[in-house]
Amino acid sequence: MVNLTINGIQFQAETGLTILQAARTQGIYIPTLCHDERLVAHGACRICVVEVKGARALMPSCSTPAAEGMVIETQSPTVVEARKEILRLMIENHPLDCLTCEKSGNCTLQNLCYEYDIKEGGFNGKKKNYPIDDSNPFFTYDPNKCILCGRCVRVDNELQCTGAINFIERGFNTHVGVAGDREFDNSVCVSCGNCVSVCPVGALMQKQPEKFRYWDIEKVRTTCSYCGVGCQMDLLVKNNKVVGVEPVDMEPNNGLLCVKGKFGYKFLNHPDRLRTPLIRKDGVLKEASWDEAMNLIASKIKDFKKESGPEAFGALSSARCTNEENYLMQKLFRAVIGTNNVDHCARL
Amino acid sequence: MTNGINELLGSDVILVIGSNTTENHPVIGSKIRQALKLGTKLIVADPRKIELSNDADTYLQIRPGTNIALVNAMMHVILKEGLENKEFIKERTENFEKLEDAVKDFTPEKAAEICEVDPEDIRKAARLYAKAERGSIVYCMGITQHTSGTNNVMSMANLAMLCGQIGRESTGVNPLRGQNNVQGACDMGALPGTYTGYQPVIKPEVAEKFAKAWGVEELSLKAGRTVSDMLNAAAHGDIKMLYIMGENPMISDPDLTHVKHALEHTEFLVVQDIFLTETAELADVVLPAAAFAEKDGTFSNTERRVQRVRKAIDAPGLAKADWVILMELMNKLGYSKTYNNPSEIFEEIASLTPSYAGIDYARLEEKGIQWPCPNKEHPGTSYLHKGVFARGKGMFMGIDYKYPAEMPDEEYPMTLTTGRVLYQYHTRTMTGKVEGLNKKVPESYVEINPDTASKLGIGNGDKVKVSSRRGTITVKAKVSDIVEESVVFIPFHFAEGAANMLTNAALDPGCKIPEYKVCAVNLEKAV
Amino acid sequence: MEMINLTIDGIPVRVAKGATVMEAAKTIGIDIPALCYLKDVNEVGACRICVVEVERARSLQASCVLPAAEGMVVHTESPSVIAARKEILRLILDNHPNDCLTCDKAGECKLQEYAYRYDVKFREHDGDRKTARIDTSNPYIYRDDSKCILCGRCVSICGQIQERSILGFGNRGFTTHIIADNEKALGESACVSCGRCISVCPVGALLDNRIIGKARAWEAQKEEVKCKRCDYGCDFELLKKDDKVVGVRAKAPGGGRPLCLKGKLSLDLLYTNSPSAPLIKKDGEYTEVTWAEALEMEDLLKKLGQSNNL
Repeated sequence: MVNLTINGIQFQAETGLTILQAARTQGIYIPTLCHDERLVAHGACRICVVEVKGARALMPSCSTPAAEGMVIETQSPTVVEARKEILRLMIENHPLDCLTCEKSGNCTLQNLCYEYDIKEGGFNGKKKNYPIDDSNPFFTYDPNKCILCGRCVRVDNELQCTGAINFIERGFNTHVGVAGDREFDNSVCVSCGNCVSVCPVGALMQKQPEKFRYWDIEKVRTTCSYCGVGCQMDLLVKNNKVVGVEPVDMEPNNGLLCVKGKFGYKFLNHPDRLRTPLIRKDGVLKEASWDEAMNLIASKIKDFKKESGPEAFGALSSARCTNEENYLMQKLFRAVIGTNNVDHCARL
Repeated sequence: MTNGINELLGSDVILVIGSNTTENHPVIGSKIRQALKLGTKLIVADPRKIELSNDADTYLQIRPGTNIALVNAMMHVILKEGLENKEFIKERTENFEKLEDAVKDFTPEKAAEICEVDPEDIRKAARLYAKAERGSIVYCMGITQHTSGTNNVMSMANLAMLCGQIGRESTGVNPLRGQNNVQGACDMGALPGTYTGYQPVIKPEVAEKFAKAWGVEELSLKAGRTVSDMLNAAAHGDIKMLYIMGENPMISDPDLTHVKHALEHTEFLVVQDIFLTETAELADVVLPAAAFAEKDGTFSNTERRVQRVRKAIDAPGLAKADWVILMELMNKLGYSKTYNNPSEIFEEIASLTPSYAGIDYARLEEKGIQWPCPNKEHPGTSYLHKGVFARGKGMFMGIDYKYPAEMPDEEYPMTLTTGRVLYQYHTRTMTGKVEGLNKKVPESYVEINPDTASKLGIGNGDKVKVSSRRGTITVKAKVSDIVEESVVFIPFHFAEGAANMLTNAALDPGCKIPEYKVCAVNLEKAV
Repeated sequence: MEMINLTIDGIPVRVAKGATVMEAAKTIGIDIPALCYLKDVNEVGACRICVVEVERARSLQASCVLPAAEGMVVHTESPSVIAARKEILRLILDNHPNDCLTCDKAGECKLQEYAYRYDVKFREHDGDRKTARIDTSNPYIYRDDSKCILCGRCVSICGQIQERSILGFGNRGFTTHIIADNEKALGESACVSCGRCISVCPVGALLDNRIIGKARAWEAQKEEVKCKRCDYGCDFELLKKDDKVVGVRAKAPGGGRPLCLKGKLSLDLLYTNSPSAPLIKKDGEYTEVTWAEALEMEDLLKKLGQSNNL
């Protein structure tokens, strides 16, 4: 353990924590932008700087180990002024279009500018002017909104491990892109969207045919319905429609998703969804009521059971349905109809 | 899986065999690659140069259907070089002699001929896996979808037990479940031979327990029919009525001509689904079901983690959740039990299923629980077989290599293997309705080695006629050295250019899995 | 009741005679944008954002004041309607500061909502702009004239209570703006800080000064409470952030509920975790006072203090 004093609060923290982690154990808030617990600390954005007594300069709390006896201020005037200056520099080279930006309401830069009351950069400097890459069918990339926090690059390289994107060039011209400055769709990118999920600003954004604002949505936690990994995700819901999916940072997926989990939800409100029961009449499937359909099924079951016994029935249950539904399916066939002819596509 | 997904990060050697992990279980694929960054060594055995093969320390491009030859030779090397875990074999296994016998003559040179790989690579793989402190095997349908599927699976167990690579953290044998709830459907007894938690239907005491709980006089002690059996029986008129919920055998099953014949001969076919699938088109009654976002419930993932599914939106039109439809049908048939919500069904499941006994919705609210979870205080189980196997001692099996049911010959000189791609899922009932995914992979194709393609005068993008003894399809050529000269690959997702028009319905005698991964085909440029 | 049949966006609608087209559309779930319109308060058809296309009518019609008529065929999102709305939004934005980045109204601002809906962005132009005129003379009401879109809601709602009626329109043309008591600063006017104007402002021109900077609209959880100071029972909202109440704000007053400062302050004291001290106007100056004085409870407390039996 190490003894620390943060904002006058004395406490003991486990050895090996960063200042940021130690502060969080005490519920002390330090703003972050490029930080992600899952990633190697990067110390790039400097928004998390704190004042450490005796140190010559402000220290990035996300990558500075908490050492014995440290006395730390997280909100001193120097710290606040440093953060303001960082935000001014960022916003100076960032389009001011919160009015219509899809990220508005879920944008860390916007939140921090509000918190530190930064309305504009005020330097009148040079502005970035890159083309927007919308080659990928699922997301767009606007380098002009990028603040170079590197979360996308690090998630791609450290967690997703695809290595499609990286920093390109240096200095003012530094930008994130795919190798050779090509378009996303012309790269090894697998469209997992994990870069989109971590982008703190509006640089990497899901393509949104359904317009929504973050403050209009409700989140519902659920389990992905594709492969057997069982990724945990939040469905973003607006007006009874799923309009987006965000990964959850917990087991088993720890904040990652694949292209199907992240972007493959649009079948839900596809116009071809079945909306009513159908019964074949004169060789053609025709719309019917639930009563008609269920009565027909029940009467067929009774007839066949009388004629041919329970072994004349077979059920294919489903690896896509819930446990409860699979349970009821086998219960229906075993307990009510009387056969063990129940299987599903485990082998397929 | 015997181990949790995140335990892979702690393995020092991972053997991936018959699993294209980065495409079919992408997040597990990423976890494996994360492990590599932490220093884990990787062995990959697969007929295709899958993405992970580039990251492998040892890559074995085996011919389809030769897993047992490879594993037997690996075990031969391990025994010959004394790399086996003698203590584990002595303490925790039996029947070791049978294994010794089976692999005694299975030299890497012999296997190399069958698998068409370098014998030295087999030795390297064997040493790497055997010497690992914590070795994990990851496999998928490349192991199971063979007429030798059961033996393949037992070979994995043999290899793991031989090296004591099971029953510890980050150390085990991990079959990956292809679909969101295959694990759960099996756990729930959607299998012809077992009730929930794999309690056998043929055991009178089990049947009695369920009959009592369900309030019925008696339950059948006769094991039921598997999918393939049911379809055969339907074709012969022995099965009069099939009730298909959320499955699409018209794409997913082998030899589709036969499947269609069987379904058309079923006197009364009910299909319950979210779209009018190829199978539903043949039905007498179609029932509209709710999709995952439109209902409450649980899925059990590949690491046995039971997790909540939550209703976010209403189902379209008159569609109802599958559990509601099934309950209402039961009620209509005179069985009066009703449930107000899926959590009540789950309580019933837990009361009848020892491995689920400790799980309830309240506990699942925060996060999922890995079964076995025998009581409410139990935290769940990350890895299985700690200290002792379920059956007591681990049983070695002596397994000889057998060729696949259909081998290439003059008429059908190429080997076809099938599988999935990243951007599509199973029969495309869902992904087929997502624009972006179909932009990425819009249609079926056949992967052909450049040498083979040039011999046959086929260029990239050309239409190719692929025929087997069961049918013929025309698909686009994708010329790529991902496959060897004598092997071609077709994804099975598509109704147009359906790979399963070609596949062989030959079954594994034990578990009745079809041999999707190997059949003989002929290729010619379509005119 | 006499009923009217009309067609809106191809859907047949049946409404009672007297209903406007906007109200008729609402019954079938069509949300026609409205900036100046506020039912029973401001029905003036001034902003024109709610225009719709009526077949056989010569021009676009303001749906908020257009009575539904038998056989009418209305299009609420036709190309000409959308073009008109875009133009209106462009003109408003041309004279509106681009500071959604930090504006406290962001997330609840009608102008922002419609600009997003019709994809209209701020544009560069050399034309005149209103100069920023921020009035903080009233400690409860933050007024920024440069954000005002002259919808007139505040004027109407202020005028609904006769003895108040502080706000009005001043000047004409480009220099039109909202004035208090004939061009006084709000703090110097006869304004009693009831907050009615704040509760109806569709943009960030009138804000509750005691909540500014406390929480963004999208991060604040809201909980409705009723004021119990008098029998009107006005509706208020608690704004919570990280489980702490950071402010209390009035909801739109509605029929017969006047809103008053005393009510707001008492809820502020009751619920806010660390409420700012109350200020009361004394001799024309806002002066910090005790809560008891602000709430005019000194005498009651004194009496209660004298007799523990009460």
